[in-house]
Amino acid sequence: MNSIRIFFVGGYLAYRALFNWLRPAIYIPTMLGGPIFQILFFAYIGRFAGLRDDEFFVVGNAVQASALAGIFGMAMTIGGERWTQTLSPLLATPANRIALFLGRALPLIANGILVSAFGFAVGWALLDFELAASEIPGIALVVVVCSFSCTALGLVTGAVGLRARDVFFLANLVTLVLLLFCGANVPLDALPGWMQSVASGLPLTHGIEAAREIADGAAFSEVSGLIGTEASIGLVYALLAYGLLTFFEADGRRRATLETM
Amino acid sequence: MRLLRLLYVGWLFNLKNLTLSGFFIIVSVISPVVFASMAFLMFRAGARPGTLLFVAIGAGMMGIWSSTLFGSGGAIQWQRWQGTLEYSIAAPPPFIWVVLPLTIATATIGLYSLTSTLLWGWLFFDVPFELVHPGWFVLALPIAVLSLGLLGLVLAATFVLYRHANALGNLLEYPIWLVTGLLTGLALLPGWTRPLSWVLAPTWGVKALRESAIGGDPGFAILMSAGLGLVYLVIGHFCLQYFERLAREKATLALA
Repeated sequence: MNSIRIFFVGGYLAYRALFNWLRPAIYIPTMLGGPIFQILFFAYIGRFAGLRDDEFFVVGNAVQASALAGIFGMAMTIGGERWTQTLSPLLATPANRIALFLGRALPLIANGILVSAFGFAVGWALLDFELAASEIPGIALVVVVCSFSCTALGLVTGAVGLRARDVFFLANLVTLVLLLFCGANVPLDALPGWMQSVASGLPLTHGIEAAREIADGAAFSEVSGLIGTEASIGLVYALLAYGLLTFFEADGRRRATLETM
Repeated sequence: MRLLRLLYVGWLFNLKNLTLSGFFIIVSVISPVVFASMAFLMFRAGARPGTLLFVAIGAGMMGIWSSTLFGSGGAIQWQRWQGTLEYSIAAPPPFIWVVLPLTIATATIGLYSLTSTLLWGWLFFDVPFELVHPGWFVLALPIAVLSLGLLGLVLAATFVLYRHANALGNLLEYPIWLVTGLLTGLALLPGWTRPLSWVLAPTWGVKALRESAIGGDPGFAILMSAGLGLVYLVIGHFCLQYFERLAREKATLALA
């Protein structure tokens, strides 16, 4: 019962505290404005290069937009605790670590879903992109799963932040790698073989593929395998993050380096 | 002579300072290489025949814009956070001579972008680096950088009125890449974006570099780059003067 309270109430309070700077004047340009122009930018490159239609880029980038909140948010969650000197007291508590960190991920997953939905709406309003009402639930499920898997990758990034000094450098790098590898803008079959292999182990790759198939009219049962794979990848990253958090916490205690900036 | 020395020392100091920043390494080297790779792969898989040198130069210019945007846009705010703004304004030289080397340095850092995208393209995507007009290219490059640096002066002077300059920076990266045609043809964009393209230095900078490298007549684009740079200098000068007077009158110089 205590773990459930830590998961929900702790996660909510931590989000309010660590992101107290997140006002509309920052949120709108960064979380909503940025993805809009990202979608337009790649859609126009796609038109210029004669690569694919607008739908390819709207779906790819709108789903990918969910990564921003998950990866940077989780990196900032751990980096923020360090910055405010609350990491040591937090880790001195006997709280269940899974409830503690996954609770902090929950608002970020919700944020990722919101940003992604906004991206789809903008793509529909500004570009040559249509989505039938019957396709929306399937796409929504894909977005939820992708937000989870990206946040799990963000948790790995944040966990490494317990050791690495510059977690934001790492978060930027991870976001760029996802943009390049996961097929949001470059079709997977246009990537060299080794990049396709890397892409198959990253979040978003299967989710974006599933979302594109749904937008092309595929039935949910036809893409359930892709969605399942995306969820499994997210779960693997979540487990990896838990292992890294446990390891770096113990190591940080041993070396007294938890709050080294 | 002393002002020229100040300009040179300030530029060199800021260049070294920015080179040591992990964030600027991401913005000026890693990010352009990733975007260049995406663009190379997209153009190679697409139906449009064309030279990948077009893409390499465009991706390099994207990095120059990003480093100018984030570096210059947040320049005065950073000085506020670091507590050095009062000293910079109280120093005997006019404030513009303190800010200008910084904004030019942020654009100069962008040269890492162009170098890395050209090198990356040559190494991994067989992009030939053969210049049709090498003389024009050598002239176009510093003028493009200087022009962006002077646009940075306008950003530094105006973003200070917005408390969340970094968020504004996040917003303006992609749209400027788009409307200045760094990786797309301007003709594809809606007509109303055309005047925006004309008043932005990256449009003419990339045009000058491309026409020098791939072929064409870069003279007009170089002239436009230089002319716009002078206009930015005048606008930046008056904006900075206004900001300085306002901040002194209201005693808000140190308020972050």
